[in-house]
Amino acid sequence: MIYPILRRLAQMLFVMFGISVIVFLIFFATPGADPAARIAGRNASPEVLEAVRHSFGFDRPLYVQYALMMQKIFVTGDLTSFVNRGWKVVPAVLDSIPVTLSLVFGAAVLWVVFSILIGVVAAATRDSWLDKLLMALGLLGISMPVYWVGEVMNLVSQSRYHDTWLFSWVPPLGYVNFSDDPKGWFLALVIPWITLSILYIGIYGRVLRAAIIESMQEDYIRTARAKGLSETRILLRHALRTSLIAFVTLFGLDFGALVGGSALLTEVVFGLQGIGKLTYDALQSLDLPMIMATVMYASMFVVIANAVVDFVYILLDPRVKTS
Amino acid sequence: MAALAVFVLIVIACLSAPLYARWAGVDPFVSTLDRIITIDGQDVPVMEQSTEGLGLGYTPLGPTWRLGNYFLGADNQGRDVMARLLYGGLNSLLISAVATVLTLLLGTATGLVAGYFGGLTDTVLSRLLDILWAFPIYLLAISLSIVTIAQGISIGPITIESGSLWLPIIIIGIVYVPYVARPIRGQVLSLRNSEFVLAAINLGVPGPRILWRDILPNVTTTLIVFVPLMMALNMLTESALSFLSIGVQPPDASWGTIIQDGQALLYTRPLVALAPGIAIAVSVMALNVFGDGLRDALDPRSKIELGRD
Amino acid sequence: MILSVRDLKVSFRTDDGIVRAIDGVSFDLAEGEILGVVGESGSGKTVSLLAVMGLITDPNAVIEGSIRYKGRELVGLPASELRLLRGNEIAMIFQDPMTALTPVYTIGWQIAEQIRAHQRISKAAAMKRVEELLAEVNFPNPHEAMSRYPHQLSGGMRQRAVIAMALSCSPALLVADEPTTALDVTVQAGILDLVRKLRATHNSAVVFITHDMGVVSELADRVMVMYAGRIVERGSRQDLFADSLHPYTRALLGSIPPLTGDKPHRLPAIPGSPPSLLRLPKGCAFAPRCPVRYEPCDLGKPALGDGNHAAACFRTAQP
Repeated sequence: MIYPILRRLAQMLFVMFGISVIVFLIFFATPGADPAARIAGRNASPEVLEAVRHSFGFDRPLYVQYALMMQKIFVTGDLTSFVNRGWKVVPAVLDSIPVTLSLVFGAAVLWVVFSILIGVVAAATRDSWLDKLLMALGLLGISMPVYWVGEVMNLVSQSRYHDTWLFSWVPPLGYVNFSDDPKGWFLALVIPWITLSILYIGIYGRVLRAAIIESMQEDYIRTARAKGLSETRILLRHALRTSLIAFVTLFGLDFGALVGGSALLTEVVFGLQGIGKLTYDALQSLDLPMIMATVMYASMFVVIANAVVDFVYILLDPRVKTS
Repeated sequence: MAALAVFVLIVIACLSAPLYARWAGVDPFVSTLDRIITIDGQDVPVMEQSTEGLGLGYTPLGPTWRLGNYFLGADNQGRDVMARLLYGGLNSLLISAVATVLTLLLGTATGLVAGYFGGLTDTVLSRLLDILWAFPIYLLAISLSIVTIAQGISIGPITIESGSLWLPIIIIGIVYVPYVARPIRGQVLSLRNSEFVLAAINLGVPGPRILWRDILPNVTTTLIVFVPLMMALNMLTESALSFLSIGVQPPDASWGTIIQDGQALLYTRPLVALAPGIAIAVSVMALNVFGDGLRDALDPRSKIELGRD
Repeated sequence: MILSVRDLKVSFRTDDGIVRAIDGVSFDLAEGEILGVVGESGSGKTVSLLAVMGLITDPNAVIEGSIRYKGRELVGLPASELRLLRGNEIAMIFQDPMTALTPVYTIGWQIAEQIRAHQRISKAAAMKRVEELLAEVNFPNPHEAMSRYPHQLSGGMRQRAVIAMALSCSPALLVADEPTTALDVTVQAGILDLVRKLRATHNSAVVFITHDMGVVSELADRVMVMYAGRIVERGSRQDLFADSLHPYTRALLGSIPPLTGDKPHRLPAIPGSPPSLLRLPKGCAFAPRCPVRYEPCDLGKPALGDGNHAAACFRTAQP
């Protein structure tokens, strides 16, 4: 059991290193324009440009530049924005992490609970109208752009139907700190959680249904029937339990993509000051140091999250544990 | 097949965008704030003076539901939303289609080379694909966009201006390469050890010829199945990048940029944001249904699953 | 009679038409008796016993006829009542022990699950019973084996675990579907010993499905030979081996390798292959491969006689 975990850890470190190199190359070595000019932002004065060149070591070899960048982002944390003069970006990124995590974990809970529910119900009522309806809804969920769903949610809950009993509880857009007001935190995040989870409920409901139906064809399901177990128990304890292994693998991949992608769009639409919103604002002002930091932190988080999911997988599947 | 028909209809509608604009007599890329149009014999300004507050703000015209005459109303700039929707759809479709071709070309080439030659080549390429695979799609796309958006990019003799549609095409085309390359590599790897390829190698057939004649035809089914699914994925990615203002650049439009324009008008003229979103959802759904059907028809045993975002 | 099956018919609706997998099968089984069911794959031997177990879940299947267990009709019995019998009074052992156990649970958990599905006992008591069962099927270290996952055991050990599971509620009827086919020859012998011993200790009736005449000759009290969904011959073991009536039975007997003496270069194979159930001949289904066919064989289906030893053949089983 130790060996697979160590192997996975080594792989994680390798991928982290690889991603950091790619980020570095994109920001510092993309041909077309002077990287210093990009970092300094629009209309930078010659003095600022010179300061950028010096502080990022553009007159030195590439590997020194890489080391300097990593040092600024992860060690000293003194990467500064030039668009917002002197703003230290690393603390800003760290401050925004709880917002993003609140959004992502809440959505992940909804996504896991509802996709299992939908997958199981659809598989149990296979080929019925209910199954077809759930699968069509799942497909719709997959096909809608997540930020657009957010806008529709806002339109409904903030404007058109805000004054009805259904949505009068919805607070104005924005984030509330959990430590300040747990109830406010929860209410502020309910709609974003739903928005973000819709896409993944669609995907996972469909994937899980297919996996359950496939494992219902397995010999061990026939054994379970021969044992005289109830259909519900066979479905939940045998078919679902073995399907969850595939579910967890996918979850690892998508959980990362979620943090790095859809969560960003959701934060923008709902005005939540997380890493995504930070990135969005920096995109509008072409603030490269900020984007460097958010991309680096977010992708490192994603890689770590993926590894953690794989550890869970190792615990979940006895075949991996002992081989 | 119904799904394919829906998608073809959307494509035809978008292709007819210039015709629609000429017929309606509007230029969807120029702001026309003081334009006055005639509806049922009455003159109506495209930008209505707000009746709320001090009456200083302007609200664009709502939907008239008259084809050719601000059917879906006007946007912030007084432009015909229907005409922009069609033009934007043209860009969205174009970008996702060309990016799909690019991804398939790059992904297939990488997968073929890695799977066929094996050894060090495979190790290096596979590790690189692993890293790209673990790199969140949007973060990679954002990084690539932000460094090229202001000044464009020039590699040797090739220069791409900022604002060119090629930027989003190339970026989307690159980020999904591992999604195609990894499954192709796996298939090539097993084909490489199949008897007919081993026989060809023993007969002294040159490598490139084996790749072209014996291996490529065997992965085409997979590639064909990838096309609609990949295009659906690209369409969502394009719209998201445009929404983040790092995709299609104004005055050009795509469904993503129109949704972003509509965000400011969300509570007063929701249709500006709703219409392109519905267009995206319908197109993507049609492509997904068609793709699933294609996969079931061509390759029922396979478990080809495109990566998702 | 513990089990009595009358005129059982099982058909499947398929795209190519209706396939009758079982066409009028009747047999009886007494307490403590071992019945060998022999036939090639596709002969319907497994399907007929799955029908007895109520394990045909295909929505396109139609089951007709009568299956009485201890006098109680099972055809048409609600699923919930059938479930109370399954695993409790009627248990089944499957062909491939590699896939018959759920991969994510331990052996002990899976056996205890069956016990607790039918008996109101505590988890600890169920586990204690599991340990006894594993000892009974000759696990060298039953306590340790309980916490093993299926993939950690060899095929023979897994089959022992499956047998222990089948025995956990002391069933009156045990259906074994080719339990030794997927195993090594040396392991096979151990499993057959086990089945014999269990019949002696639990007095269960056993239906043993196999395509191996050698296994039947060692184990069965009575034998039933099936071909294309029908019984072609039935009788006691002695009747069948000493005085087989049906040409198909004779052909099967010719394909047993002798246990002693020189091995023949080649086992005599039965020429041809079993007919497709979609296109059964009008007459005797075995006629196309039969060495002794004559005109009547193509005209109608021969009926199985009534006696203790009977065969469905116009030529060899004339009264």
